[in-house]
Amino acid sequence: MVSPILELTNINKSFGHVHANKNINLTINKGTIHGIIGENGAGKSTLMSIVFGLYQANSGTIKVNGKEINLRSPKDSIINGIGMVHQHFMLVENFTVLENIILGFEGELVFGKNLEKAKKDLKDLCDTYKLNIDLNSTISDLSVGFRQRVEILKSLYRGAEILILDEPTGVLTPQEVDELFKILRSLKEEGKTIVLITHKLIEIMDLTSEVSVMRQGEMVGHTKTENTNKEQLAEMMVGRSVLLRLDKSEVKAGEVLFKVKNLTVKDDLDVTRVKNVDLEIRSGEILGLAGVTGNGQTELLEALSGIRKVESGEIYLEGKKVSDSQNFLDPRELKDKGLAHVPEDRQRMGLVTDFKAYENLIFGYHDQQPFSKSSVLNHRDIISHSKKIMEEYDVRPQSPNLITSNFSGGNQQKIILSRELNENPKVLLVGQPTRGVDIGAIEFIHQRLIDMRDRGAAILLVSVELDEVLSLSDRIVVMFDGKIVGEKDNKNVTDRELGLLMAGVV
Amino acid sequence: MAPVDKSKVPWWVSNLIVPLVNLTLALLVSGLFIFIAGENPYEAVRLIIYGSFGYIEGFAYTLYYTTNFVFTGLAFAVAFHCRLFNIGGEGQAYIGGLGVFLVAINFSFLPVPIVWLLSIAGAVVFGAAWAFIPAYLQATRGSHVVITTIMFNFIAASLMVFLLVDVIRDTAQMGPHTVALPKEQWFPSFKDFAGLFGIKIRYSPLNISFLLAIAASVFVWFLVWKTRWGYEMRAVGHNTQAAIYAGISPYKNIIIAMCISGGLAGLLGVNEILGVHHKIVAGFPAGYGFTGIAVALMGRNHPIGIFPAAFLFGILYQGGSEVTFDMPNITRYMFVAVQGVIILFSGALENLFRPQIESFFVNRLNIKASA
Repeated sequence: MVSPILELTNINKSFGHVHANKNINLTINKGTIHGIIGENGAGKSTLMSIVFGLYQANSGTIKVNGKEINLRSPKDSIINGIGMVHQHFMLVENFTVLENIILGFEGELVFGKNLEKAKKDLKDLCDTYKLNIDLNSTISDLSVGFRQRVEILKSLYRGAEILILDEPTGVLTPQEVDELFKILRSLKEEGKTIVLITHKLIEIMDLTSEVSVMRQGEMVGHTKTENTNKEQLAEMMVGRSVLLRLDKSEVKAGEVLFKVKNLTVKDDLDVTRVKNVDLEIRSGEILGLAGVTGNGQTELLEALSGIRKVESGEIYLEGKKVSDSQNFLDPRELKDKGLAHVPEDRQRMGLVTDFKAYENLIFGYHDQQPFSKSSVLNHRDIISHSKKIMEEYDVRPQSPNLITSNFSGGNQQKIILSRELNENPKVLLVGQPTRGVDIGAIEFIHQRLIDMRDRGAAILLVSVELDEVLSLSDRIVVMFDGKIVGEKDNKNVTDRELGLLMAGVV
Repeated sequence: MAPVDKSKVPWWVSNLIVPLVNLTLALLVSGLFIFIAGENPYEAVRLIIYGSFGYIEGFAYTLYYTTNFVFTGLAFAVAFHCRLFNIGGEGQAYIGGLGVFLVAINFSFLPVPIVWLLSIAGAVVFGAAWAFIPAYLQATRGSHVVITTIMFNFIAASLMVFLLVDVIRDTAQMGPHTVALPKEQWFPSFKDFAGLFGIKIRYSPLNISFLLAIAASVFVWFLVWKTRWGYEMRAVGHNTQAAIYAGISPYKNIIIAMCISGGLAGLLGVNEILGVHHKIVAGFPAGYGFTGIAVALMGRNHPIGIFPAAFLFGILYQGGSEVTFDMPNITRYMFVAVQGVIILFSGALENLFRPQIESFFVNRLNIKASA
């Protein structure tokens, strides 16, 4: 007989203006593998962090084995038998496996009896679940897959009955994934409950018996895995809200302004994130790049804008090669050649939030006339320019001297957009132009992008919002696992088709 | 307590009232120390004020100390705007002094004003060069400047002792110092100026370097807030990722900021060599480089704040020595402790009362506005 081990009722959590979890209800049955699926930013990790006591919910109740509990810290969760394996491991690199696992649970001042007991217990656990870990090896010598097992062992040793895994396969090789799944299945057979957070449909279908789907902070569906299929899940995950198709003229695409040939890019950890990508954008068209976050879009944008080194392949601007693995132009040189970039993360990259608005309005163009003459900033011209474009782009409040962090997200985005569009770039790279922006500003921003296109700019729009891609783009390409997995003309494409491509199903 | 909406806090509350409250608290705690040491705190305050303001030579001493603190405070502030914690002001000042001396002694055939200008340039170049090495290591290898600059203080001290003992020592003397510079190269002192107006006063180390300190303050203000260089340095300091996005090189700016910082610290050598000792004396930076960090933090890394903070520390140095002279129970180290307390309250505990004070004023102003 199935009995619920974990029940969440009406969980709410906000970070500032962002409502990360809205009235979440979730029941997880004992001895099952329960999948939670949704796009990045759907609120899965936040929800599980609440269950693990890392965050406190603003409202709602959590029951374990039918008993309501109050989780103030991970310690409370551990006591209640909840363990979590994070996306980024929480291990001390230069400690051994044993030292990492007993950390905080040593139980004695001078190692002796307890340590021996711990060793024995851990050996038993390793045998039971075929974890195959040498307790004396140092973490820094272990591969990522083994480190993950150490995390699982740590949770089990601390008495976890419910094990939460947050995107556990993101960092693993396919072989390691198989090994992990074997371990998870044997855990389930021993009666443990597993919660698997992922955005990969294939894992859900392979492993889980029940699945819950989240979208934009809400729980949009629960079902038994056997009663559903990938297509249905993809649809639930991406959502099918009514499209706001903008009024836009027929595309009048001209010559190719921007071309990417066979581009490969690695991230900071030397993992290949963009794999042999080819793109072509013509004057007067918007090319939409759809995809679930983390499939290489960020690295692609960074490479195209000169921030990240190209591993192999070539980038052409107006027919002239600007970057390959040997020679590349830096962001400033690309700007001079007419390429503007609205980065995905405005606060991390697009703005210096401690700067005053006028300082951000010239950011990246600060060395040009009339803003600076022989290295001295021309304050008066900067302020009058700032006032002008703040009015033109309706940035509120219209005070150039206000510190940027005091503007709302939408207005911060308008500051970046006005700065980058004002120079009338030939090629515009836009990442998540309306993330965290209110409806009114979204419309405004979309209209501006359409205007740019009508004036003959070549625009690459990278967005995880499918609606946005569908309503703005003339052509759409979908990125999955670093590769372009499909290209569609935006006339007869449905969101369902795109959703399947985004989830890597077809 | 709910966070205060920063944009509603008037500038004078965060930049005047809060530092003043912190300073007052620091002085109260210091007074407690003096009381425990068995002296009358009230009397001590009277002595500090008399010592630093009460007579003309005392006041001159206060301004002399102020000069040194302005240089080292500005030095720290410039690097800090690029989020570099340059605690190597001490060593940079030491090496800067070497630059002053070498230039002055080797170019003594030139007209004096030109020698002065060249010596100032020598101080800047030598100080900057000493800061360049840690800057280069930070920019290319990620070696943290906190570690490297403090090590470079020790290297500078050892190097200077070596030079002063074995290479440039005045062989006619026993002590570790060089020969004196020709008298005509000495900076005019405050005493000389007073003499021009027929006022006779006793010796004090105050000299025209004080004007250089004012000029340096104006320079730093202009550099940091009015030039493209300062703008780029601040961008790198606040958000390196964004700087890279905007085509601003963190590498270049780390090096520029550290070199300007080192150059400013080097100016301390101008005050000490041309203005006071007229030769290199072992250990002449005497901790000004470190106190400069506190001055900069207290002055919120802005020249307008650094100048009064440097003046305050000048008062403490000069008034403090007066107190130790008159109060047998108070030693020199007492005033090191007092400095420590001030640093504690205006640096480390700076935000202790800030929310309360700010919300108090914001609420008061709101009431006034709605009334």
